[in-house]
Amino acid sequence: MKYLEDIGSYFLMLRRTFSGFTKGDVLRELIFKEIDDLVMSSLGIVSFIGFFVGGVITLQTALNLTDPIIPKELVAFATRQSIILEFAPTFISIIMAGKVGSFITSSIGSMRVTEQIDALEVMGVNSLNYLVFPKVIALLTYPFLIAIAMFLGIFGGLIAGVYGGFVSLDEFIRGLQEDFIPFHLVYAFVKTYVFAFILATVPAWHGYYMKGGALEVGKASTKSFVWTSVLIILANYIITQLLLS
Amino acid sequence: MIAIDNLKMQFGSEEILKGISTVFEQGKTNLIIGQSGSGKSVMLKCLIGLLKPVAGTISYHNKPTDQMNLVQQRILRENIGMLFQGGALFDSMTIEENIMFPLRMFSDQSTPKMISRVNEVLNRVNLDGVNNKFPAEISGGMQKRVSIARAIVNNPKYLFCDEPNSGLDPKTATVIDNLIQRITHENDITTIVVTHDMNSVMEIGERINFLKNGILVWKGTQEDIFKTSNQDVTDFVYSSNLFKKIRDVQNKNS
Ligand SMILES: Nc1ncnc2c1ncn2[C@@H]1O[C@H](COP(=O)(O)OP(=O)(O)O)[C@@H](O)[C@H]1O
Ligand SMILES: [Mg+2]
Repeated sequence: MKYLEDIGSYFLMLRRTFSGFTKGDVLRELIFKEIDDLVMSSLGIVSFIGFFVGGVITLQTALNLTDPIIPKELVAFATRQSIILEFAPTFISIIMAGKVGSFITSSIGSMRVTEQIDALEVMGVNSLNYLVFPKVIALLTYPFLIAIAMFLGIFGGLIAGVYGGFVSLDEFIRGLQEDFIPFHLVYAFVKTYVFAFILATVPAWHGYYMKGGALEVGKASTKSFVWTSVLIILANYIITQLLLS
Repeated sequence: MIAIDNLKMQFGSEEILKGISTVFEQGKTNLIIGQSGSGKSVMLKCLIGLLKPVAGTISYHNKPTDQMNLVQQRILRENIGMLFQGGALFDSMTIEENIMFPLRMFSDQSTPKMISRVNEVLNRVNLDGVNNKFPAEISGGMQKRVSIARAIVNNPKYLFCDEPNSGLDPKTATVIDNLIQRITHENDITTIVVTHDMNSVMEIGERINFLKNGILVWKGTQEDIFKTSNQDVTDFVYSSNLFKKIRDVQNKNS
């Protein structure tokens, strides 16, 4: 019963988010600020994780393919596939659910408990459009982060594979080009957009409808992380089933 | 002037306001007093439309809110200023941006014009040189003043204050009370102040509504409150030791 109510209120929130628009110049400013807060500020951590996890994927693959009959190119091929299909879009998004998601929940939640949201409403501002819409739009640039994670992941794999002495540069590059299916990129970026939408709206819902004080803001952020990751993983399964099988 | 008639509010099956009727007068500081949990904030939120009452009518200048069309509702909103309990300043904005916010949202004035208006209202609340500070960088009393400045920047006809001096020392609290009263008189505003503080009653209690468990049990003025025989009211007034002692001294003298 409670879940049904929550789902209903989530969709009502979406409806109000995309109506009753705030003044254009104010909105534009908010969008740029959100791009900075949500996307640009994550550039460092995403690059770091991308590079090193890419390296580890290559290492693991190389260490586990000991049979001399298996061509060395396979190391690069496996790295490319895992990074583009799952690691960059899904794994990074789960990490972003922790970083960006809890930031969104706690910033909206603390505005709720300190009555800043009420203040907006009293002034006649549609607080959902004002607070959530700019985040949804800002996260349209989220695929840019994922593209960087893909690039750096493969690059990290190349460094680990070639300099670790598991595979030559030639073999690695040949492996990267093997059986490349462009639709896989389409699939990865479709996923990314869906995850971006979940990342913007689910934590916002947890913050906007929270009750209580400062302590509950913390609890709401934790709950928001759990639900955002669960939904990302479920969406991942459904999209994969629909697009790839 | 704001009139409410048979205002009822409930959350689930819990009745918070049980049919309240009263009038708030223009150019006066109208107080809503009562113990914590008596429904004062809920009543205020119903008045300004943050909560939708389950029954009853609220009329602004004899026009019931439920008969207003969208344009009239918007005009009413622009005429409402609200001072929240904790100030509710936007912490991501400077003091200047906070006060300018209502102007930016709903008018097409040029930035220099808005800034000069900001300085004008900051001056009225006796604050200078804080334009570029953030709310976290100024004291609680200053935050309250900035909040008042933001509430009056659009020259509202109605001003609502929820516990304007909670969390302030007695001296600053009095300053804030007097500021609210002065602005009320000078701008001929209909002001409603929610409080549980007897000091505010003494300072600015021109009209007093006493709320207990969602029922309006007493109405009167500052002078009346010390003469009434209503037990609930006297319990509230003399719950403060200071007033109890003053009463005892007076009784001894007479
Ligand atoms: N949004 C809400 N949902 C459920 N109950 C509420 C809500 N807001 C207030 N209440 C309840 O209404 C009662 C009156 O609260 P309130 O008006 O805030 O009291 P006060 O007179 O101290 O301002 C309290 O029992 C409170 O728990
Ligand atoms: Mg209250």
